[in-house]
This record gives sequence, structure tokens and C-alpha cells, in this order.
Amino acid sequence: MADIRNNFIGIKSPNPFWLASAPPTDKAYNVERAFKAGWGGVVWKTLGEEGPPVVNVNGPRYGAIWGADRRLLGLNNIELITDRDLQTNLREMKQVKMNWPDRALIASIMVPCVEESWKAILPLVEETGADGIELNFGCPHGMSERGMGSAVGQVPEYIEMVVRWCKQYTRMPVITKLTPNITDIRKPARAAHAGGTDAVSLINTINSITAVDLDSFSPEPSIDGKGSHGGYCGPAVKPIALNMVAEIARDAETRGLPISGIGGITTWRDAAEFMALGAGNVQVCTAAMTYGFKIVQEMIAGLENWMDEKGHKTLDDIIGRATPNVTDWQYLNLNYIAKAHIDQDACIKCGRCHIACEDTSHQAITSMVDGVRHFEVIEEECVGCNLCVNVCPVEGCITMESLAVGALDKRTGKTVSPDYANWTTHPNNPMARQAAE
Amino acid sequence: MAEGQFKEGIAAGRLAAAQYAENFSDLHPPLDHHEALVEADRCYFCYDAPCMQACPTSIDIPMFIRQIATGNPLGSAKTIFDQNILGGMCARVCPTETLCEEVCVRETAEGKPVQIGRLQRYATDIAMEEGKQFYTRAEPTGRKIAVVGAGPAGLAAAHRLARYGHEVTVLEARPKSGGLNEYGIAAYKSTDDFAQAEADYVTAIGGITIENGKAMGRDFHLADLTAKYDAVFLGLGLGGINALRAEGEDATGVENAVEYIATLRQASDLGALPVGRRVVVIGGGMTAVDVAVQSKLLGAEEVTICYRRGQEHMNASVFEQDLATANGVVIRHWMQPKRVVSEGGKVVGIELEYTAMKGDKLAGTGETVHLAADQVFKAIGQAFEPASVNGSGASLAIEGGRIVVDDQGRTSLAKVWAGGDCILGGEDLTVSAVAQGRDAAESIHKSLTANGRA
Repeated sequence: MADIRNNFIGIKSPNPFWLASAPPTDKAYNVERAFKAGWGGVVWKTLGEEGPPVVNVNGPRYGAIWGADRRLLGLNNIELITDRDLQTNLREMKQVKMNWPDRALIASIMVPCVEESWKAILPLVEETGADGIELNFGCPHGMSERGMGSAVGQVPEYIEMVVRWCKQYTRMPVITKLTPNITDIRKPARAAHAGGTDAVSLINTINSITAVDLDSFSPEPSIDGKGSHGGYCGPAVKPIALNMVAEIARDAETRGLPISGIGGITTWRDAAEFMALGAGNVQVCTAAMTYGFKIVQEMIAGLENWMDEKGHKTLDDIIGRATPNVTDWQYLNLNYIAKAHIDQDACIKCGRCHIACEDTSHQAITSMVDGVRHFEVIEEECVGCNLCVNVCPVEGCITMESLAVGALDKRTGKTVSPDYANWTTHPNNPMARQAAE
Repeated sequence: MAEGQFKEGIAAGRLAAAQYAENFSDLHPPLDHHEALVEADRCYFCYDAPCMQACPTSIDIPMFIRQIATGNPLGSAKTIFDQNILGGMCARVCPTETLCEEVCVRETAEGKPVQIGRLQRYATDIAMEEGKQFYTRAEPTGRKIAVVGAGPAGLAAAHRLARYGHEVTVLEARPKSGGLNEYGIAAYKSTDDFAQAEADYVTAIGGITIENGKAMGRDFHLADLTAKYDAVFLGLGLGGINALRAEGEDATGVENAVEYIATLRQASDLGALPVGRRVVVIGGGMTAVDVAVQSKLLGAEEVTICYRRGQEHMNASVFEQDLATANGVVIRHWMQPKRVVSEGGKVVGIELEYTAMKGDKLAGTGETVHLAADQVFKAIGQAFEPASVNGSGASLAIEGGRIVVDDQGRTSLAKVWAGGDCILGGEDLTVSAVAQGRDAAESIHKSLTANGRA
């Protein structure tokens, strides 16, 4: 049986599934339920400084987009950090940690960007027995207007400065949570690294408007006829998050910096993908908010099952395994040739592959052969783009088959070369020509 | 005295009064908003969709379903009505399981087609309940066209002709419009007087006058129409029925299924409609199932359909057969009526002979079986009565008992078109009749105008 115990920057948890700092971790009641369901850890909902707590809107906080059958694909929110009194949160955190010593409990913190504020709150948090802190530099709405959250996360110098203060004023491990609302995610990661952070976590939510009410012309979620951008999360953001995790994992300056992966993780498979790209563990929110805490049981069982099937014994066997395979486009092998292949037994003849290819791509799939409705790849035209695979409603019906070395590519009339050759050496590349001269 | 189901002979009031309403309620209740969205989401929006090809009226099914899914049910209804102005009734009565839904790729993929018929009803119901009219008449052309028969073919033709600005007079023998939608078809497929609501919806475009109680051959002749109108469309349906060719079929209790269904459809109190305790239905088509199931729903104790060939040869779809058996109807195959047994002129049973294929011909085996019966329904197909069209002036070409038409619905006579069940090649389907009426109207319009321009 695979061992999925997790040790993330010295913080131990029975599995790599943490709940991200968000509404599900706002108080002891929810967190107790989460731990009972099996979550390995929680990042407590972000604490603010002492004094009157923030207030939330009293109308809708969430907007969403849906797929077929109203499956929730993307969620956004305009909720702020905890709106409960700091002392109440600290007291509950301490109690929960005492009740659940084997689980990870991390405190998310967001206070004004001045040294005194950080210096003041850190000892209070330390006193709860929390295993670590996460610096919320990601929250893109509301708090950012007050110079916190993503307003800090978008300025690498501020990140480095605050991380440095935290490392100075607490012995607790520091996780820096990054905002994706930035052009190059490596810059804030490098800054956090320079400040001495123990890890980064990403992504926080993405600036978004989920919809517009076409009767009132108000953005959603609508508060008395007005809307504000919210933070976008859920399955729809996973590809963005995966890329950002990979960017940091393979960046020369931050290579080896532990990463807690966040962004649309809904199943064990999503979690395994994040870890394969370099995340040491994962944090989940939207999936729990959609289906409840029980989903962690599917994640645990699924991850164990996959690891057993593949012979991976511990999480270290999978973490970062895909990172070396992430490269720049210019290094992709241009001599690799693939063609789509349609399994005629699996084909239900919906014709979506045909119309996608015919209308929008390469006219490489038939619709009729000998007067019969029949969808087949025309290899002379197929560039191997994979669009047909992606629009086919039947999983596994259309596959991309690579041509063996020496085989004829009917499109180009050339045989497949055994050599690896990329753009940097391609004759059409002016830079390559210059290098040759 | 035996009561209810056990009353001997043919008797009314076999059920408690409230039971009739329940038994004859909607066979497929309409989808509600949520159900429609869930179902619409299942459509894959196929290219050159098989469902659309299978629809005799070629409704753009993926498009109308997508319009439901995107919250535009009125647009969806228009997509349907563009091709089939009787889309509301077709949504109820089409044997979708042998048309669009049979070829749905979801049927191929998982054995569960998208419920196209019920989605079509969802969209058309919304439009009709709102009284939303999508079409306006073109400028009047001054052309007058007679349509004979206010059934599906006639109404579809009348609507299309009216759209083009022609003046349409519909002559209908029955007191009400709708044809088989009103007088045929099982009651549980067309509840709440839908056929009349639909006829009203279709004629609301204007330019259509329906004259009820006008039968061809009785009140007027074809030659009268060709003399008076610029064009004539015949959507007569089938007036006669085939005979049993069994000894003793004149006995009381041997009835024509089509007429019985018409009586049932017009009955204001189903409890007053007599039905046998033991009913035998001869036939294997939709009418056989319709009369058998409704007899059962009226309280008959035993209902047996006897069909002379095998299950796979029945014209009633598998869905219809299952509907019958689910309602307690017994279906027996490979037997043909030989003799109706009567006492005092009333049916008491029927003697049937087993059949088998001898070579490629069906033949009796000589072995017989007796079934007790108080009522025997003939549902062995209807026949066109050519006497109604011919007999005065020039004759229409008739073949196999039906009117011969070309691919545009033109008959052998100039100025006369025909469509629906009365034509050779008619499919006894509402939806096919609609397609033929619509297409004949297009042909008439073209012939009356220069290339379609008035």
C-alpha cells in the first residue's frame, strides 16, 4: 500500500490534501468536520490585525459558470478575510490543534504592510501551536484596495520585505501565497525566495467577472445593482495554476523551493498532476465547497490506488516527476509526427470531429464515404493538431498515434526522421541561419 | 349483478368516475423547465445530425435543442415551426423511437437517446401558450386555393399557402378540424383538446377559412373546386377500413377500431362509453394498440391483440407494444381470424387459426383457437375511398387504392395536388402528412407565381 503521508517543509500531515484558506476553514465547527472527514490539514481562513474585524457584503458573495447539467466549472467570490474577532479565531485554532495533533494547521495572515503590524500578530499566532503561517499576498478583491493581499503580491519588493519580517519575528515555517494576477509568476516567487520563505503556495484567485445580468445590466454577483471583480477559482483555473506551478518549479532561481499547489483541484488525478509538476502537497477549496468535505476520501483512495498500480511507494516518488518534461516551445521535437486515428467501433457518428476540422482547421476528416455517414482521418491532410480528440464526446474514440521512425508522413511526403530537431536549428528560423553562418 | 370490470357483455361505467381522468391523462407529462434544461444539455449538436435526417419534416433538431439549452424557447419553437407548423402535435404523437430518437447518437453511445419529442413539446407548448405567432402573411396575391381535409396535411398546406398571401378555403367533412389528431390517435397522447388548440394556432395567421361539414362527393365534387379555385390540395385521409374477411363479422360487437376511437375522442363522459368485458383486437399497427390500450383503460377485464404475423412484423413500434403490455394487454402472434362466434346476433367469441410462413407466403396451419370476446375490434388498416374524388369530371390516377402523386405532390390532374395518408406512398404518420402538405403548398405557390414571385 502506498504511503501518502506528507512532510511539507517539516509540517507533517497524514495525507497531502489540505483545505485552502477560505470559507470552509473560517471556524472550529467547519475545521472539525473537515478533519473528521479525513483532510490532512487546513489553512485557517485569513486573520487580520486586532481590532474591529472587517465586514462582508450582505448580498451574494459568489458568482459562477457552469458546464453541461449545471456542473460548477468556475466560481468567484468577493468575500474578504475572516470577519470574526481575532481572539476568537486564535482561541479556536488552539483548541482544534490540541484536538487534532496529527493534522496540519496553518494560519493565513494578512495585516497592513508595515513591520509593526506583522511583528504584533506573529507571537499571537505562534501561541496557538499552529504548524506554520501562510502570507496572504493573493486576495484580489477588497483587501487589495486597502494595500493588502494582491496589492502586496503584485510588488516583488514588498513580498521580499514582508517575508523577511516574518522570518525575523517567528520561528514558524513561512509559506508565501502568490497571486496569479501578474504577468510573470516567477518574479514574486523569486522575491519570496530572496526574503527567505520556506515555501510558496499558488495560485490564489484570479480577477474575474463571472456574468452580467442582462435584465439589470449588473455584473454578477450583484450587490444592489452593482458588481465588483471577484477572485476566480474552481476547475476552470486548473490549467493556469498548473502552468504557474511548473514555471516556478523549473525556474533556475527558485528550483527546489517547496510549492503547495492550489487551483481547481477536484479529484485525486488533479492533485497528482500538481505534485508531478513540482507541488509538495495541494490545497483544495472549490471542490469541497461544491460537494462537501467527503470528497477527500475519493482523493485519498484514488491517489493510493494509482500509486499502487504504478509502483510509487511514497509521495517523493511522484513529486516533481513531470517538471523536467516542461520545456520551452523552441525545444519541442519538430520531427515528431502524430496523426489522429478514429476507432470506428467506438465512434457514435456525431460528426463533431468532422465539422470542427472542416470549418475551423485542416479539412482532414471525412463525413461520407461511399455514400455512407463515416468519419475517418485523411492522413494526407492531418497535421496532428488534436482538436478532433478534444471535441469528441466519447473518451478514447479518437487518439493521436505517433508515426514510427521511417514511416511515411502522407501529408509532407517525407519519412519520419530518427533525429531530434527543434526550432533552434530549423532552416526556417532566421536565428538558426545566423548561427550557422 | 356483476359490477365494474366483471359486467358481462359490452357495458359503460366499468370504473369509478374519477378513474377515467387518471387513466386518460397525458402519456408523457410535459418536461418542466429544469427537466428540459437537463435533457437539452445531453444533445451533442451533431454535424448533419442523424435525427434531423430521420425527421420527415427535417426539423433542425440540434438547433432547437440548443436554443432551449440557452434559454430561448421561443426561438426554439420557431426553428420547429419553420419546418413543421404542427410541431406541437408531432411532439406528442410521433413514434420518435423509430424516427429521430432511434438514430440519436446517444442511443448508439449509451442506449438512451435525447428525448427529442418531449423537448419539442416543451418549446412548442411555451410558444402556443403565449399565443406567439411567428409568421405574418405576405401581401394578398388574389389567388384562391381549396384544401380538402383539415387534417395534418391540409392544415400544413393551408398555413404555408396563407403565409404566401394566398386565400385558402379548407373544406372538412367532419364537424371539427384536425383530422386524425382530433378523431384518431389515443386520447392520452393528445390531452386538453390540443388538436383544436393547434388548429386555432395554425389558422390564426389569417387568410384561412375552414368550412366544416363539407364532404367531397356529397356536398361538392372535385370538378367544382377546379372550376372555382386556382389550385386544389387534397388531404382526404383514409375514409374506409379493410374488412376482416372472417365469417360472421356482421355480428353486433364487431366494430371498426378507427370509428370507436373517434367516438372515444369526442366523448364528453368516458364513463358513458360502453366497452366489452373481453375485448379482442385484430391487427398489429398503431390503431390496434391505441384501441387495445384504451379499451383496457376504459375498464375491460381482458384485452388481447391478435396479429397474423410475428412480433417483428408489427407496424406498432416496440415502444407501443410495450405500452400495451404494460397496460395489461396480451399480444398474441401468428393467428388470423377465421370465424366470429355469436349468440343471438351478439359476439361471444372469435375463432382464430394459427398461421405460419410456408415458403414466403403466410398460410393457416389448420389448427384453431377460440377466444371468448364480447367485442372485436377491426384494426387491420384503412383504405382510401376513391369514389369520393372520382365520379364526376376528369378522373385522378389511382394506384393500389391511393392517389398517385409526383415528388412535389402533383396529381395526374392539372391544378390538383394531394398529400397525407390518401396518396400512394403515404406513411400513415402525422409528421409525413405535414411534410407532404407543406411541400405541396410550396409547389402550388411556385406554379401560381413566376418562380415563387407573386
